[in-house]
Amino acid sequence: MTATTHRGRNERSRGASIALHAALITASAIAVFPVLWILFISLGPSTSWQQPHEVLKHLGLGNYRFVLLHTSFPKWFLNSVIVAGATTVLGVLISASAGYAISRMKFPGHKSLMWTFLVTQMFPMAVLIVPLYNLLAQLDLIDTYLGLVLVYCTIAVPFCAWMLKGYFDTIPRDIDEAGRVDGLTPFGTFWRLIVPLARPGLAVTAFYSFLTAWGEVAYAAQFMGRDHSTLAAGIRTFASDQRADWGSMTAASVLIAIPATIVFLLVQRHLVTGLTAGGTKG
Amino acid sequence: MTTATMDEPAPGTAARPPREPRPGLTSTIRRSWDRHWYAWAMVAPVVIVLAVLVFYPLGYGTYLSLTNANETNVAKDIGPVHIGASYHWVGLHNYWQVLSGKDGDFYPRLEWTIVWTVCCVAITYAIGLAMAMLLNRKVRFRLFYRLCLILPWAVPAFIGVFAWRLMLNSQYGVFNDIITSFGLPAQDWLGTPLSQKIAVIMVNIWVGVPFMMVALLGGLQSIPGELYEAAEMDGASPWQRFANVTVPGLRPVTSTVVLLSTVWTFNMFAIIYLLLGNNTTGDTDILVTYAYEKAFTGVSDYSGAATYGIVILLILVAFSTFYRRQLKSEQA
Repeated sequence: MTATTHRGRNERSRGASIALHAALITASAIAVFPVLWILFISLGPSTSWQQPHEVLKHLGLGNYRFVLLHTSFPKWFLNSVIVAGATTVLGVLISASAGYAISRMKFPGHKSLMWTFLVTQMFPMAVLIVPLYNLLAQLDLIDTYLGLVLVYCTIAVPFCAWMLKGYFDTIPRDIDEAGRVDGLTPFGTFWRLIVPLARPGLAVTAFYSFLTAWGEVAYAAQFMGRDHSTLAAGIRTFASDQRADWGSMTAASVLIAIPATIVFLLVQRHLVTGLTAGGTKG
Repeated sequence: MTTATMDEPAPGTAARPPREPRPGLTSTIRRSWDRHWYAWAMVAPVVIVLAVLVFYPLGYGTYLSLTNANETNVAKDIGPVHIGASYHWVGLHNYWQVLSGKDGDFYPRLEWTIVWTVCCVAITYAIGLAMAMLLNRKVRFRLFYRLCLILPWAVPAFIGVFAWRLMLNSQYGVFNDIITSFGLPAQDWLGTPLSQKIAVIMVNIWVGVPFMMVALLGGLQSIPGELYEAAEMDGASPWQRFANVTVPGLRPVTSTVVLLSTVWTFNMFAIIYLLLGNNTTGDTDILVTYAYEKAFTGVSDYSGAATYGIVILLILVAFSTFYRRQLKSEQA
């Protein structure tokens, strides 16, 4: 909107350019600052959150050493990798097959299924915890990876299926027909032809499922015992009421954010295209 | 002919010769099964997971909301002794308590929940749209800006919230230092109810903007450039181009993201709970966090929490039904 009418849309005056960059730099700074702040604090001594000015004089990796060597952090990390990895694979697989079926096959119930996906987003999860706990206990799934993975799938799958349905809608139907002519089953068409084409959409859903599982606190804290605790639930023990160890907390936070950021960097190219297809056609 | 289901003729045409008697219920089901089993098989995993882990608990929650179950009367084991449940059916009593305002908390919480949702969604949308429009221009370092701006989404929410908690700390937090250097008064951000409300809205916006921005950026990119050129030829001002090309072009994306983020914000449990923890007076509780506290603090009131859950769900279903109908009538 900074362009003037006689100058054309793609050219800007110098002032407009500066204003544009200033706005983007300010916004980026606000977006990045809290994350960098935690990184900064974590590099100081364990009490550095109280004296941020002192951090630069005492730079060190003490917090990291403590977290990695003297806490259960590595075990939690492994648990989180298992749970988040399984949620991503399972969630993407079942939401992709459901999304494909809804996109291409007109079967009784396909409209109400879309509506169901939306309604599932409305369930106040905080209130479902008690019934869900009882149910998992009956199924013997409390304190198991499978139990937590299935619970996370209920959060991730409706949104993913909704989005993938939109993405599949943008892939021409001719491709399916070609597959059918070559004698592939509908599932074969989906698996061999459509899935490779839908990579951007799948990347976004994988990102979303992974983050859901990686950062969820409430269920993980209630359902998993000491040995199967995930990162999000585990690091809360650093900040118990008796002893709030914010130094370890900052170091652990940085370590937790790293894998999420890596996954994000891997898929970020696809985020815009993947999300739009889902959004506009949803 | 993309699917197995389509290879067979549509019902009521050639498949059924006129002399054949009307098929009974079983044959209708069998025919339907033959035609659609493939599609059903592909959606079955999702349906089963959702049915077992969402709808069963929901049904159970609905049942609890019609009883007076709480921590003192549900079934439990004390050592080797099993004590059976002694709660009983109370009908709609809980709902009456809540909706008539007799419990004294529902309407104040609902009011704040609505204020919270509207503020968060409106501001997040406005900022997200502004950022998307800036990023949609040809600008140097665009990739760098985009990565920075999406970062809050990539970092798990509880870490973002934790960072804000450190920054907002009244004694040592850096946030007060920053705003005082701009000449604004320092606040006890996590102390008084009003500043707590501002703080949670602020953090929620910080977390929510990237999703909005990415979705709207995709929407902007799907608007054909010719439309802008045509508008320019007609002498439309930048504002007119925004109002008459950008806004209508974004409508499909807008309607989806606004609906989704309204639902998500209305039920946003993690941010309020993690940012404020237990040091609230209850004024900052939205319906969801209030229900959670009912279920998990003091004498757990399971039926009360379940009642709140069902009421929240009904509010959201009513809202989205209304919203979608409104959209349809606008399009028509």
